[in-house]
Amino acid sequence: MQTQTSITKIGLSAAAIIVAALAGGNAWAASASNYPSKPVHYVIPFGPGGESDITARLQQPFFEKMTGQNTVIEYKSGGGGAVGWAQLNSMKGDGYTIMGTNLPHIIVKPLMGNVGFKTADITNVYMFEYTPDAIVVPKDSPFKTLEDFITYAKKNPGRLTMSGSGTGTANQLANVRFDNLTGTTTTYIPFKGTGAAYTALRGGQVKAEWGYSTVAANHPGEVRLLALATKKRMDIFPNVPTFKEKGLDMVGGTYRGIGVPKSTPEPIRQKLSDLIGKINANPKFKHEMDKRGFVLLNVPYGKMDAFMKQKEAYYKQLANKAGLTK
Amino acid sequence: MAHFNELLAALTPLHLLLMVVGVAAGTILGAIPGLTATMAIAVLVPLTFSMDPATALLLMGAIYTGAVYGGAYSAILLNTPGTPSAIATTFDGFPMAKRGDGDLAITIACLSSVFGGLVGAAVLLFLAPPLANVALAFGPVEYFWLAIFGLTLISAISSGQLLKGLIGASFGLLLSCVGVAPISGMPRFTFGSTTLLGGIDVVSGLIGLYCIPVLIDLVARPERHLELQEASRGFRLPEAIRLCVSGIVNLIRSSLIGAFVGILPGAGGSISGLVSYSEARRASKTPERFGQGEPRGIQASESANNATVGGGMIPTLVLGIPGTPPDAVILGALLVQGIQPGPAMFSGSGTIVYTFIYGLFVATLLMLPIGLLIGRYAFKSIVTFPKAVLVPIVAFMTIIGTFAIRNSVSDVIVMIVLGVIGWFLDRLGFKPSPIVLGLILGPIAEQGFVQGWMIGGATGDPLSIFLSGPLAICIVILILLSLFYPLVAGMLRRRNAGGPKHG
Repeated sequence: MQTQTSITKIGLSAAAIIVAALAGGNAWAASASNYPSKPVHYVIPFGPGGESDITARLQQPFFEKMTGQNTVIEYKSGGGGAVGWAQLNSMKGDGYTIMGTNLPHIIVKPLMGNVGFKTADITNVYMFEYTPDAIVVPKDSPFKTLEDFITYAKKNPGRLTMSGSGTGTANQLANVRFDNLTGTTTTYIPFKGTGAAYTALRGGQVKAEWGYSTVAANHPGEVRLLALATKKRMDIFPNVPTFKEKGLDMVGGTYRGIGVPKSTPEPIRQKLSDLIGKINANPKFKHEMDKRGFVLLNVPYGKMDAFMKQKEAYYKQLANKAGLTK
Repeated sequence: MAHFNELLAALTPLHLLLMVVGVAAGTILGAIPGLTATMAIAVLVPLTFSMDPATALLLMGAIYTGAVYGGAYSAILLNTPGTPSAIATTFDGFPMAKRGDGDLAITIACLSSVFGGLVGAAVLLFLAPPLANVALAFGPVEYFWLAIFGLTLISAISSGQLLKGLIGASFGLLLSCVGVAPISGMPRFTFGSTTLLGGIDVVSGLIGLYCIPVLIDLVARPERHLELQEASRGFRLPEAIRLCVSGIVNLIRSSLIGAFVGILPGAGGSISGLVSYSEARRASKTPERFGQGEPRGIQASESANNATVGGGMIPTLVLGIPGTPPDAVILGALLVQGIQPGPAMFSGSGTIVYTFIYGLFVATLLMLPIGLLIGRYAFKSIVTFPKAVLVPIVAFMTIIGTFAIRNSVSDVIVMIVLGVIGWFLDRLGFKPSPIVLGLILGPIAEQGFVQGWMIGGATGDPLSIFLSGPLAICIVILILLSLFYPLVAGMLRRRNAGGPKHG
């Protein structure tokens, strides 16, 4: 009996310590002027090792140098990001919990079914990057140019297989847009993530891949990009044409931003937006991002509504064409 | 010896110290259900940014190696795999612990892990670039058949209870369908609840189905968890070595299977352990002893899962395609460091990669003393702790471990609910392993089938693609062998016995 009560006591005091630790930070937070005054939890709604993780890791040292505070990167994966975003607004809105947000995910996922959140539930404070869509082929592919590719696709409707990451993703929507603009029918095969889509390409299971600039940046010499969905040619790929040059209006890819819980006060949202903007403005950060194939983007908090409105209209129309909406 | 400088680079005092710490930390983390190698490495990633790439790789490799081995402790002592890789270790590990041979089981697990780890590292050292092509040869169709082959293992792990095994596996397959569908992206079987949106994570299913029933039984029954031995018998090293020497063929076969499965990006330590286990059982003259505390079962599972470490590094380093989930984290860390994996890493001045490979050998060897010592301590604590202390500590760790997988309370709820279901099922004779097997293999089979069907459909013939290519046909033959082997073997035996009459 005696031992049991003491064990219970130990248990209770341990619980008390944990509760205290969890609640501890609240008292001295939530003021924008000295924000951030303690470490910021940066939640990635995907697993570790992916591009959302990598870009967050690249921001990390700059954030720390600027503010003197760490960012603690955490992962809350599941449902292709849906699990994290569905919980965003139940998190503490004091600026010390921020979450990576991705387009078109946060726009298309809620269109596909009940995923626990709506696009309007996500408060984005900054869009800092996009990873441009690209058509990727193996280095020994018979497709040397985009024209080769389109000619083959026109002659063999449906037979040109392309791997890509998932359904309702930038890859699939790029495929829909491409087929529409060129009047071709290609067959899109969804894989679980960019890594698996790349593996299928290299293994010859598909003829081409809907990928990103980063696929070529990470596997130099193994693949060829036929075209990139950027406004102008990328510095690291001077020989790769843009879709625009080829007369196809395709600019975009997967966009990455930072969101906060709805309860986060306005001044903190603004401060956070300024901080992320300053990181983007740092030439060293730009260099690190450029050489890995990421394209910097600057959509601050003040311009977010207009940006999201435009993207929502764009992706909704593509999702409809893809037959994704209910 | 080629790359002598790289060997020396792997042996600097700093590297040795980091590897000792890494192996020890990995072993302890791996022993806690829920804290997997993936997570142990992910937590460490920021620390590695201040190191040079070779050092960072060495440390991550050491943790990975340790964690895969550490999973054996809880598998043997608590019947709960500490990491998915150790599922097959529970089959014979726990029965051994029950009959008082837990110390021997842990020493065997340590020796086998070291052996497997060395084989995996050797395969990585000598065969990496050519074997990387194996990873590419496996397409959707091959993964589909591999998953079906995996499902045939149910017959090996549910001896005498085949029907219940099949029902359990179907339950597992059904559970694997919950959540956002991997291919179509549509939420299914979530009943509108966000708790089920993320699906049932394999690790939380593992903890629930294996660990919770053990905990309930501990509370419900008066006897001790494991029998206390009167006198300490040390590590029982000579005995373990003798068993490993006599089982050397089994160890070699299992390590090679482990290394091979590791190369496949869609399969990991759990599948390699299970495949090796069932092959060890098939090859054995006394298959009926498997599941009753047969040391060779532990040897098969533990050597295979550690060989997977080296095998998985092959596609990771040669192709930039992660072979196992922890490799994905290592790859991400390398990319942040600005290191591009690729064949170039192995040619010319492959300093980083060869330093790392030699480091993997050293870390694996370090596992011998470190693993034996920690294993001894783990065994003593689990055996001597009174139940009133053991149960709350383990229960607490399962909750922390489950939460930590994805920082999700939903996973904890799913784990506890599955645990209670698992306890009832266990009483009715449904074992957790077929259910977990279904949970692991369901998504692999589903994705492989749908993708294969779509690719085949593009050429107008969705079906014949499933039997096109030598690899697919090989796996189908393996499936048929696996299904009909017991039947054919029985017929042959009867025929031989009755031979003279016909002659």
